[in-house]
Amino acid sequence: MNTNSRNGDIRIGFYICHCGRNIAGVVDCAAVAGEIAKLPGVVVSRDYKYMCSEPGQELIQDDIRERALNRVVVASCSPLLHEHTFRNAIEAGGLNRFFFQMVNIREHDSWVHTDGPAATAKAIALARAAVRRVRLHCALETVRAPIHPDVLVVGGGITGIHAALTLANGGKKVFLVEREPSIGGHMAKFDKTFPTLDCAACILTPKMSAVRAHENIRLWTNSEVVKVEGYVGNYTVTVRRRPRYVNEELCVGCQECIEACVFKEGKFPDEFNVGLSKRKPIYIPFPQAVPQVVLIDRERCLHFKTGKCKRTCVEACADRHAIDFTQKEELVEIKVGNIIVATGFKLFDAGRIPQYGYGRYPNVVTSIELERLVTSSGPTGGDVLLRDGRSPKSVAFILCVGSRDFRTNRWCSRTCCMHSMKLAQLVREHTDAEVTVFYLDIRAPGKGCEEFYDKSLKEGIRFVRGRVAEVTDWALREEEEGKLVIRAEDTLAGVVRRIPVDMIVLAVGMEPQADAQDVRRLFNMSCGTEGWFLEKHPKLAPVSTFTDGVFIAGCCQGPKDIPDSIAQAGAAAAEAMALIDRGFIEQEPNTAYIAEAECSGCKSCIPLCPYKAIGFDEPTRKARINAALCKGCGTCVAACPSGSIRQHLFEDDEIFSEIEGVLTHA
Amino acid sequence: MPKPKVAIYWCASCGGCEEAVVDLAEDILGILDAVDIVFWPVAMDFKKSDVAALPDQALFATLLNGAIRTSDQEEMARLLRRKSRHLVAYGACASLGGVPGLANQFSREQLLRFAYDEAPTLGADRKTRPALETRHNGHPLVLPELDETVRSLDQVVEVDYYLPGCPPTPKLTQAALLALLSDNPPPRGSVLAPDIALCDECPRKASKPQDLSFSEFKRPHQMMIDAEKCLLAQGLVCCGPATRGGCGAQCIGGNMPCTGCFGPTSRVRDQGAKILSSLCANVAAKDETAIQRTLDGIPDPLGTFYRYALPRSILRRSGYAAAETTPK
Amino acid sequence: MHDPNWEPRIVAFFCNWCTYTAADLAGVSRLKYAPNVRIVRLMCSGRVDPQFILAALAGGADGVLIGGCHIGDCHYAEGNLKTLRRFRLLKRLLAGFGLEEPRVRLEWISAAEGDKVRCVINEMVEQLRPLGPLAWGQRHGAQGWQAASAAITPEAEAAHA
Repeated sequence: MNTNSRNGDIRIGFYICHCGRNIAGVVDCAAVAGEIAKLPGVVVSRDYKYMCSEPGQELIQDDIRERALNRVVVASCSPLLHEHTFRNAIEAGGLNRFFFQMVNIREHDSWVHTDGPAATAKAIALARAAVRRVRLHCALETVRAPIHPDVLVVGGGITGIHAALTLANGGKKVFLVEREPSIGGHMAKFDKTFPTLDCAACILTPKMSAVRAHENIRLWTNSEVVKVEGYVGNYTVTVRRRPRYVNEELCVGCQECIEACVFKEGKFPDEFNVGLSKRKPIYIPFPQAVPQVVLIDRERCLHFKTGKCKRTCVEACADRHAIDFTQKEELVEIKVGNIIVATGFKLFDAGRIPQYGYGRYPNVVTSIELERLVTSSGPTGGDVLLRDGRSPKSVAFILCVGSRDFRTNRWCSRTCCMHSMKLAQLVREHTDAEVTVFYLDIRAPGKGCEEFYDKSLKEGIRFVRGRVAEVTDWALREEEEGKLVIRAEDTLAGVVRRIPVDMIVLAVGMEPQADAQDVRRLFNMSCGTEGWFLEKHPKLAPVSTFTDGVFIAGCCQGPKDIPDSIAQAGAAAAEAMALIDRGFIEQEPNTAYIAEAECSGCKSCIPLCPYKAIGFDEPTRKARINAALCKGCGTCVAACPSGSIRQHLFEDDEIFSEIEGVLTHA
Repeated sequence: MPKPKVAIYWCASCGGCEEAVVDLAEDILGILDAVDIVFWPVAMDFKKSDVAALPDQALFATLLNGAIRTSDQEEMARLLRRKSRHLVAYGACASLGGVPGLANQFSREQLLRFAYDEAPTLGADRKTRPALETRHNGHPLVLPELDETVRSLDQVVEVDYYLPGCPPTPKLTQAALLALLSDNPPPRGSVLAPDIALCDECPRKASKPQDLSFSEFKRPHQMMIDAEKCLLAQGLVCCGPATRGGCGAQCIGGNMPCTGCFGPTSRVRDQGAKILSSLCANVAAKDETAIQRTLDGIPDPLGTFYRYALPRSILRRSGYAAAETTPK
Repeated sequence: MHDPNWEPRIVAFFCNWCTYTAADLAGVSRLKYAPNVRIVRLMCSGRVDPQFILAALAGGADGVLIGGCHIGDCHYAEGNLKTLRRFRLLKRLLAGFGLEEPRVRLEWISAAEGDKVRCVINEMVEQLRPLGPLAWGQRHGAQGWQAASAAITPEAEAAHA
């Protein structure tokens, strides 16, 4: 029985949840139920241990049937958690799901107050407000809107790649947009991955090729998203495709143009080798780049800078004519139903901790620089060498550089212990240097990781527990001459040590990308306090955001290793697929509406809507709201000077009654 | 059969509502055909004692204009309520408190002090506070007491109908009386004017843009006002969107913005708050400094937004916390 | 004076996406703050009609707190900008009504700022304490108040009696 009765007999069921001891430990639930029972219209008032459980929901459903309830109020946790649950329960019980109001007495009461009587009084006030409000509720229907089946994946690292492949294999058309000229992300720079010491390229490149080959994936590298409009199921995204000055369709990746370039040798820092080697203005990012297409660095190319160049590259490509200096930036608009943001992380700038000597001492390197050194296709062919070409006899790793540090970043970057130990083992493999790891705690939680730590110990890698105070080249003793000295307190031994080494590797932590704030605004997401993209719920919804249809995956959500990134990529793909395969999205009917007879056509509301949901109807000379476009913010409702715009679920009367309700009790 | 008796009385008012009745011109003859006016201090010589002598509910209707702000006015309001079947709050002052309602910005003490102690035109020997009672030539003279707060009529007695406007138009007055006299009078508590904002009937409606955006606010004396274009579009504060129509947009016809005298529509509880909400929502500025500068164009928000409706607003009057400053 | 057991009562209007979520976060983090606030949930701070603020003040609240997303972060693009503009003019209006400055406050609180919710509420409660109850209905002498007011229900009257 779906009674929409503002004038008829209102019969309210009130339920207060104990939530175990979470609420009942502070709020006197029975007292609240007792007080609310006295209010007009309240027909049943119960307290129960777990309202969201099966029996709890059945309690409500039974009462709806047996006591002819036509309104329900539940006082428990946050509506952001369980409003949906209870609305479903009520609907299953035969009552329109919007004859319901929820009261937050856990997150907003029992969990934040210690004074029992005050918390109980607050619960009563809030419950009273809800009981008054719910009387005014009307029967409403959720609106269904169609959902566009295509998906946008932003970011072509391992996470974005896996998400794109999963979706594409599921038959969905995917746009994979990557800012760099090649996909692969950070993982492409790794030599081996922990704890299996798998070759990173061997496990990554097949996936990269699969992306290239997949008929359902449109791969746009050297591109970025510049505008997002619309809402879940119906996003219009503008992508800026930056010119490579090489035609992607025609280039076969033979690289003869690079050979032929007037620059005989590389002169400019090679980004992929993190500045450890040089490249020419025409280059391919790395050998296994996908797409296998050359690009030209406009800032460095002689043709662009001076106009005077022999353009030997063009000659070298005479048969294919792939080089095109006239290429322009393109803005392309696409329509998608869902977006997965997998934009990854950036590494902490070790120069921010000057006492570690990065940038001052040439043999202080970061973990990623060492990663390039140990890779056989890297700048030194896999040899771990000092800057002067010698092989180091001693290497030290300093952990937690820019992590777990109140002066820089407070969080733990989660992967550094493991990748430092991995690099330590590789250094031992490539050289016969003595390796010491300076750590605060060793965190090795994943599968096979604790065993990896054991292996590191067995291999004779030394571990010194203590935060390194400084790195210096001031020798105090003979054995320190010509070396870098690490000063650290060895907390287990209880002494301050000076340990001379040839090479120091800083395990730099992960940070959100430099433009994370701009990116998250683009996609209407929030960031957490630390700057990582904010998930909808840290436990239950780690890949969803508060904006429906926008998902996050991988390190952009927080530091994590490759297995976890892939798991999140799959999770995000599954969430998107679930939405698409359902075929529609349900929109909360909290839309604004205009009572035509009341509208004077003053046009004050029309410019207020960011979704352009309000238009002016010339024949009637009144404003009209397109409910399909309205997102329910209520700004126009507050602004209408004659009170002629209303909002479902947030009517003026409903809110006034809530205000009166919270104030009519001490 | 005797004609229905009608009374017209004034409380804290300017006399404009009396004028409005007179403005019925020849149409007043039609009214007089239908009713007997038995009490109208401004025009006829009946006394309070005549009203008091009537049986209760003997009056068909009383059109009471003016706000209630003295003990005498309250007494008359209660008397006329008892003696009338229909009590009509006639005009903005009775309906909403009206312009006299702006006195609610001050305390009684502040008002008396200014008027009788501090006004610049008072000579040193003229500073006398009026007393409630005095004797002159052996006769007692009594003055009514000034209330602390100005009230609308329905804040003192129960009101049956409202005829808004400062003053109500002759057309609306006539229509109201005829409606009351008809076999199907409107429901009790009705406002006898359209329940839609003024923009609906404004002749300049078409010239109002659909993307109105204020980069500044101007006051009428600060500009040459275009006689054809929507006044809000010219940057003036026009309260039309927040005010009931029915007046024929006379002020707009006189090339001046609406100041809100017909009060809010039935959906609105506080007219001033809605005017504020709407104007601010349409301000163009997006940063604090620019917003500040734009809003400085409204130097007196209280007076501008609550010109007629302060006593009937949600807050009704100022509290006294910032109180003892002399009114300017 | 007033009841020595009096505690300031604040009605808060929080936007669903940022401030309400931040208040949830404060709860999940078990932060502790003063129990004087009653939160009314709205989808956007742009829904806050100034009439709500006035109704709360007239209805017995000692203070009103409006919470929205930081400028630039509104879930609905610019709802909070409208709130900001309304708030600025409303503060001037309320000053004209003689309302003490700390009683109506606007705060931008993002979804991650659970601690800010705690700080703002605690701070506001302490700022209201020395001001005493607003008791708007009782400020104006015997004739200031009649039950015919639209904003005050008979029940509210009884609560103040």
